[in-house]
Amino acid sequence: MTSNGKPKFAMYWAASCGGCEISVLNIHEKILDVDANFDVVFWPVAMDAKYKDVEAMEDGSILLTLFNGAIRNEENEHIAKLLRKKSQILVAFGSCANEGCMPALANLSPIDEIVKTAFSTISTDNPNHIQPQTSYQAPEGELKIPKLFPIVRTLDQVVDVDYYMPGCPPESHQIAAVIDLVIQVLQGKAELPPKGSVIGAGPSTVCDECTRKRGLKTIHEFKRIQHVQIDPEICLLEQGILCSGPATRSGCKALCPSANSPCIGCYGPAEGVLDYGARLLTAVASVIDSNDPNEIQHIIEGIPDPVGMFYRFNLAGSLLRASKPAWDTK
Amino acid sequence: MERISIDPITRLEGHGKIDIFLDNEGNVANSYFQIPELRGFERFCVGRQVEEIPILTNRICGVCPEAHHMAGAKAVDAVYHVDPPRTAKMLRELLYSAFFVADHTTHFYALAGPDFIIGPDAPIAERNILGVIHKVGLEIGGKVIQARKYGHNVIEMIGGRKIHPCTSIPGGLTKGITEEQRREIEQMGRWAVEFAQFSLKIFDDIVLKNSTYLDLVLGDIYTHHTYYIGLVDENNKVNFYDGKVSVVDPEGSRLGKYGPNEYTDWIAEHVEPWTYLKFPYLKKVGWKGFVDGKDSGVYIATPLSRLNASDGMATPLAQEEYEKFFKTLGGKPVHQRLATHWARLIELLYAAERWVELATDPEITSNNYRTIPTEKPTEGIGIVEAPRGTLTHHYWTDEKGISTQVNLIVGTTNNYAAIQMSTNKAARSLIKDGKVSEGILNMVEMAFRAYDPCFGCATHSLPGNMPLEVTIRDINGNPIEVLNQNL
Amino acid sequence: MSEQFEPIIIGFTCNWCSYRAADMAGTARIKYAPNVRLIRLMCSGRLDPTFILKAFADGADGVLVSGCHPGDCHYVEQNYKTMRRFYLLRKLLTQMGIEPERIKLLWASAAEGQIFADEITKFTEEVRRLGPLNWNPEQGIPKESQPANPMEVSA
Ligand code: SF4
Ligand code: SF4
Ligand code: SF4
Ligand code: FES
Repeated sequence: MTSNGKPKFAMYWAASCGGCEISVLNIHEKILDVDANFDVVFWPVAMDAKYKDVEAMEDGSILLTLFNGAIRNEENEHIAKLLRKKSQILVAFGSCANEGCMPALANLSPIDEIVKTAFSTISTDNPNHIQPQTSYQAPEGELKIPKLFPIVRTLDQVVDVDYYMPGCPPESHQIAAVIDLVIQVLQGKAELPPKGSVIGAGPSTVCDECTRKRGLKTIHEFKRIQHVQIDPEICLLEQGILCSGPATRSGCKALCPSANSPCIGCYGPAEGVLDYGARLLTAVASVIDSNDPNEIQHIIEGIPDPVGMFYRFNLAGSLLRASKPAWDTK
Repeated sequence: MERISIDPITRLEGHGKIDIFLDNEGNVANSYFQIPELRGFERFCVGRQVEEIPILTNRICGVCPEAHHMAGAKAVDAVYHVDPPRTAKMLRELLYSAFFVADHTTHFYALAGPDFIIGPDAPIAERNILGVIHKVGLEIGGKVIQARKYGHNVIEMIGGRKIHPCTSIPGGLTKGITEEQRREIEQMGRWAVEFAQFSLKIFDDIVLKNSTYLDLVLGDIYTHHTYYIGLVDENNKVNFYDGKVSVVDPEGSRLGKYGPNEYTDWIAEHVEPWTYLKFPYLKKVGWKGFVDGKDSGVYIATPLSRLNASDGMATPLAQEEYEKFFKTLGGKPVHQRLATHWARLIELLYAAERWVELATDPEITSNNYRTIPTEKPTEGIGIVEAPRGTLTHHYWTDEKGISTQVNLIVGTTNNYAAIQMSTNKAARSLIKDGKVSEGILNMVEMAFRAYDPCFGCATHSLPGNMPLEVTIRDINGNPIEVLNQNL
Repeated sequence: MSEQFEPIIIGFTCNWCSYRAADMAGTARIKYAPNVRLIRLMCSGRLDPTFILKAFADGADGVLVSGCHPGDCHYVEQNYKTMRRFYLLRKLLTQMGIEPERIKLLWASAAEGQIFADEITKFTEEVRRLGPLNWNPEQGIPKESQPANPMEVSA
């Protein structure tokens, strides 16, 4: 508790895009409830407290920290550990912190290849093949930048996490509901769910929230969305468009399929799913209408990039986590 | 030599760190604005189905995913050699105009506003959006919230989601809008026009009528003579969604205009070993280091630069403001970086007016919102103007439409060299004889905040992050003191 | 290499045909490579691709999937589902840097003990040739950055 008596709140981004933060701002008026009930002590996008201020805080003095972003470099890891120590409740907030999100597709390539690509693109003027150095001796002194780890990790692969809040980003109505809950807990009117729970999301799948019509239809061909005249009423998967609804946790009200666009899986694995990609693969394989090995393999050619389609958000959090060339440095 | 570190820099999107070195007299010898992260989109977007890239690159930046989605959409149109129907282009631009309103509002009130509205040396605890709301009153706070809400409502109606839209595909969009939605969008747009005018009035009252602030804006501290670029339509009026990139020199003469396919003739990126971010510059002028003037290829791409690089605004109210802007600040081009905040509000007004224009076009509700591509995919480039600078996406594919190479020159990156120069200059002017104060450090930060830098974006190259620290080092580079805002 | 690499192979069989084939190979004392640890499922259709991923993630060098011949599944169509998943999964594994030869689909009837045994021996040799997989994504992450037990970390 601080001098003004309010519990402390922090929000931090590690390897993230900032969308999670914007989604918090998008709770609009509710942000005033946050202000009324919490003392916001650290939130780099919105206010001026620095790392040093956090270091000076007592351990466990922050009641609630929403941590978004994955662990890509030493700095991300350092702050994750620091905030873990200072926080009573640490929430993995958003897909990046939960499962790595799209930037974890970097786990398909060795890190030096990633750096090399960035510094040798067609518009890069780099005849001497300069690459950033974690320690560089400038004329005036040493300059340091954090070391990149070979693979992207999720928050709970680095520190202990109390709650998981999925979504890329979590939808604002879900954030508002979670904030309400925490405020009620503070007022003694509600109890926190068991540690390790997924909060701010539903218990079933996006398909369950989706209003599109499903038959038992099977397909002979997977199609790319740009080539399909999309039927606005029928299940997209049954139209041959890869939709991640069957494996994805509910909670967004099937936003994307309602916009004629497939679910891409941002709410992560549905309840009880150990490996997101395996579940989605199972669902997708089951609509293939063929018993002939050659024909099956031909139909599968319609999915040229299975990892990209089945682990778009989830690679870092999957069972395999990274491709062999990415981690096998020998 | 002493060193001052500001880490993390705050109230911007992404991560950053400034190291300032002091000489024996305690004056600034040099400073370095470092970006500590890299995410590698250019590598991991390779091997993907190309129509996925406008969705993947959304995650470069959640502050301006719409910009990436649009640049990506235009790039995949080009990859498939398909020209979307007029309605599709209008819907995309409508989404994009609403986005500019929301984004410029966020920046002015939440990120930069605190410096002006609360004052640069106000207590840290108040220098944030909540402080702004406390100061300007709940009613205005409510309007700010409303503007952001309306913007995001339109984004969701057209883009499917408020953040990370998903409806643009090669050839157009997956859906259109109904007449009912159109009416709602129009109403919100009309409100946004009023809100933009109101915001300009606040700026006028608080900044332009306050001689201390005006001196700060016009003073030398925040001034640099660089090149300016920005997307313009065929009449050389500012445009966010389409057109050619106009380039003007520090004296205001137009060096030329380039279309998407010519970008590599105009722009190249310089590499320094002490940061993960590259420094784009004008290839035709050349990289001369972190210096301004006509011989240096350093340019900026911001609201200020767009006004400098264009001949005016395409909507009437914004045009009036455009004229007032240059009249008040002494003609074109305006080099004072803090004027960017004013330019941003003029763009806010333009975006709101354009929003209404598009929402009242009879074709906006047409069902003709996509063209199914028939040609083999190859290579394509898309350029849009992101709030923080010209955004270029370039994809190559095999004949199956699987990407084989990706190049991205992202909004904020354009301004990196100029930001490095601006923070350096502000530090030199404000730190003398070893004396630094917390307010002074914040003023250093104001130097980059004018660019509204978004290093989430800029660091697309690996996931990572960007807050800020100022370290003071002695002549041997040993840290004497690491400063944060609590000095 | 002086010592021969002994691959670890996890084999999934269905209860009806392929497990009986294995059983028959055993009772008939047909020799086959001892590297395969068999896990019996009621039907190959019960095989969740998660099991295969888990096997690789936890140290398997190869995975064998076996079931009744197409058309002979005791649950009618289930092994066709297995087949569809198998091909898709194999493609995915290839993208993850796992050689497609490390995973094998084998149909065997209860009478095909000899074939089953021969195929297992062949597969074992194939995996032996590929060498160990030793799946370990944290390999390049410095020790101090790895939690001792991810379940027990608390900063
Ligand atoms: S989860 Fe999505 S919105 Fe949140 S930081 Fe990651 S990419 Fe951005
Ligand atoms: S697969 Fe997609 S479109 Fe089909 S029901 Fe599920 S969420 Fe809806
Ligand atoms: S439909 Fe899928 S991708 Fe879209 S918001 Fe919901 S969970 Fe995320
Ligand atoms: S029972 Fe053997 S495969 Fe189904």
